[in-house]
Amino acid sequence: MPGDERPEAGGNGRGYLGERGWRSWAFTLDHKRIGAMYLWTTTVFFLVGGVFALLLRLELLSPQARYFSNHTYNIFFTLHGAMMIFLFIIPAIPSGLGNFFIPLHIGARDVAFPRLNLASYWVFAAGFLVIIGSLVAPMDTGWTFYTPYSAKSAAAVTTLSLGIFLIGMSSILTGLNFIVTIHKLRAPGMTWHRLPLFIWGMYATSIIQVIATPVVGVTFLLLAAERVFGVGFFDPAKGGDPVLFQHFFWFYSHPVVYVMILPAMGIVSEVIPVFSRKPIFGYNAIAYSSLAIAFIGFLVWGHHMFTSAMSPLANAIFSFLTFFVAVPTAVKVFNWIATLYRGSITFESPMLYALTFIFLFIVGGLTGPFLGALATNVQLHDTYFVVAHFHYTMMGGTVMGFFAGLHYWFPKMTGRMLNERAARIAWALIFVGFNVTFFTMFVVGTRGMPRRYAEYLPKFQVENVISTIGSAVLAAGILVMCWNFLQGLRKGDPAPANPWRALSLEWRTASPPDTENFHEVPVVTDWPYGYGTPKA
Amino acid sequence: MDNALAFGAASGQAARVDAVFLLILVIGVFFFFLTQGMLIYFAVKYRRRLPGRDNETPAITGSRLLEFLWILIPSIVVVVIFYYGWRVYSDQRVPAAGATEVYVNGRQWMYEVKYPDGRTAINEIRVPAGKPVKFLLSASDVLHGFYLPDFRVKMDMIPGRVTVLWVQPDRPGSYQIYCTVYCGTGHSNMLARLIVMPPREYAEWVEHGGRGGGEKGEHEPLAARGERILSSAGCLNCHAVDGKEKIGPNLRGLYGSKVPLEGGKSVTADEEYLRESIVDPGAKVVKGYPKVMPTYSASMPPDDVRATVEYLKTLK
Repeated sequence: MPGDERPEAGGNGRGYLGERGWRSWAFTLDHKRIGAMYLWTTTVFFLVGGVFALLLRLELLSPQARYFSNHTYNIFFTLHGAMMIFLFIIPAIPSGLGNFFIPLHIGARDVAFPRLNLASYWVFAAGFLVIIGSLVAPMDTGWTFYTPYSAKSAAAVTTLSLGIFLIGMSSILTGLNFIVTIHKLRAPGMTWHRLPLFIWGMYATSIIQVIATPVVGVTFLLLAAERVFGVGFFDPAKGGDPVLFQHFFWFYSHPVVYVMILPAMGIVSEVIPVFSRKPIFGYNAIAYSSLAIAFIGFLVWGHHMFTSAMSPLANAIFSFLTFFVAVPTAVKVFNWIATLYRGSITFESPMLYALTFIFLFIVGGLTGPFLGALATNVQLHDTYFVVAHFHYTMMGGTVMGFFAGLHYWFPKMTGRMLNERAARIAWALIFVGFNVTFFTMFVVGTRGMPRRYAEYLPKFQVENVISTIGSAVLAAGILVMCWNFLQGLRKGDPAPANPWRALSLEWRTASPPDTENFHEVPVVTDWPYGYGTPKA
Repeated sequence: MDNALAFGAASGQAARVDAVFLLILVIGVFFFFLTQGMLIYFAVKYRRRLPGRDNETPAITGSRLLEFLWILIPSIVVVVIFYYGWRVYSDQRVPAAGATEVYVNGRQWMYEVKYPDGRTAINEIRVPAGKPVKFLLSASDVLHGFYLPDFRVKMDMIPGRVTVLWVQPDRPGSYQIYCTVYCGTGHSNMLARLIVMPPREYAEWVEHGGRGGGEKGEHEPLAARGERILSSAGCLNCHAVDGKEKIGPNLRGLYGSKVPLEGGKSVTADEEYLRESIVDPGAKVVKGYPKVMPTYSASMPPDDVRATVEYLKTLK
């Protein structure tokens, strides 16, 4: 399948964006518009959550509280975590880019249930409105809601958990929709082993969303019942158990880190072959490792609780299983690197972010065993080491994958090209700023600084100042990137149908695609990674 | 002992944890250079040479041998790391015979220490060097943490349960204790110290001191003793003596002033008011402050309350 095939002619040149007015968005059944609405919404929350992070870093310039009180600091880190997790990182790639590109990737005209898709966006919107409403009495429990503190707190914990309940419901609906779409709507000839790896990642993600999310929903209902009706599920004074809450919470919240990372891994698996002009190395290994991660990911939640008084045997079993999530993850990294071998590599912005994903994710991955091993976990748990580790995987991993996806698909989604120079400047600032901010946290965490501290001992100040400086550089990079997106949206050069000479189906539509995606449903005869010259 | 460096283990147990840390670090650094080296080497070596024209690229789609190897090798490595980490951890969890027992209760935002012989203290635990110590941990309101970085261990303090942490302090010194489970506004002020004393000094301290205020002489002026109690009992976690507002009201200039109370009344801060506010802080809550201060009626003997009030009177 040659890469420069003639795209289908676009209607009025504005494709699915042709129709105007708020109704055309609010009541749209077009998966691309719904995806775009998710992208806008989640990006706004990413920026708001980022502002909270910067305020935290500002306060941590000095060991004593200087700019705001400890209570305010605690509210800020709670909002930073809750917004980034529930309103940005969980929905951004699956509901945003996934919605947009799953039908395009598999050669479908839309998702299986377009109305359900629209409903899931509006349930999501109801969720974030409720969460914003909870700010009248802002919560300071941390995003983990640990009882008994969350059960006793005077803040609007019940409201916030209701909001997250709604977000979770939207997540379930989206996951369900994607599973059915991938099973039933593949174009003729699109066999499972011709699916782009992004689809495999999204498929594994959707399974986790459907299975795990109900648990967190129920957990928040129990918490609400405890707060409103005084039922003692978690309160020891009423015969409950506070550690039970942690089990429930992590039974969802551990698998959900794979909801965050698997779609990003899918994006990287798309971008690397295109910009190396090489077939993806080890397609089956990458595809099935996604499923393996999703499966093992359900069995490791206890590794968040090694110091929560579980029996040493339970701890040992959870630790053992945890290490086996590392294997399929390592397999993916090796395969991506092998894809580069003897390629023809160019470094446009999507590729820069994809390579950055691999670079930072390796650091995040290699610091995992410190936390998976029991002896060192007991030392490092709840210190800044953990903060550094999950920012390397979540921001260095997922967010870089998200940025790679945004840069890669920007021409397709908007019909315009980005300014490549600005994109590279932004990338350089983000790369440097990120490492300065978060690598220092490994050091300060190993030295013993606990997390969630508004004030800290003066001996930790040097690292904290360095980290705050890094966060300013990182923020500058993200600002440049946002500016570049807005500029591109307003006056970027018109994008050709297939600017990256990629082989997957979305590039055979116009840029931007028409509402119906494909005028004729394509017939698929090959996998999407047929780059390079086959051996004679 | 506050160690400027991460490595500086306070016990043999901690040194064994450091060995696990080092092993993982060495493996991690090896794989870091291996993978990042390949990533960067390939990216540079196989970059497109001619602008606008691709290099010839072979359509390599995989290698069963490589897949097998890079499933097998990481699997072996992680099993080794798991096993080593598990063994060191298991040894930690078995309490040694003849341990000194100390009860520590976490409450917002202090550690209440109780020794089996009835002595009590706040935010300060004294133990003899060279003997194992068993901490019996509990909490009275929310979750708290008990983290001894120099010993590389921590354990959560859970309401309704007793959890156990065991260390063998070999070297005398003063070691930091942190709360590591988020517990509310004063979380980052919830600090304490483990003071490991040479056995002879410890015996002397048990003999002569060991009351809430510390081990200093009997004939100390009351106010001076009160000042020591104020910092050792955790009062300064929530109250400032320099005119600033923290979680609770400021203490400077409090004595003799008129204090507005919740509910509209007000009271003059005399000796009785100050005493009552220490042993029964819920009785009169200052307007605009949360009713969160715990009672000191059990943990602070009347002598110490008296000394504290005496000190508060000097803060003009």
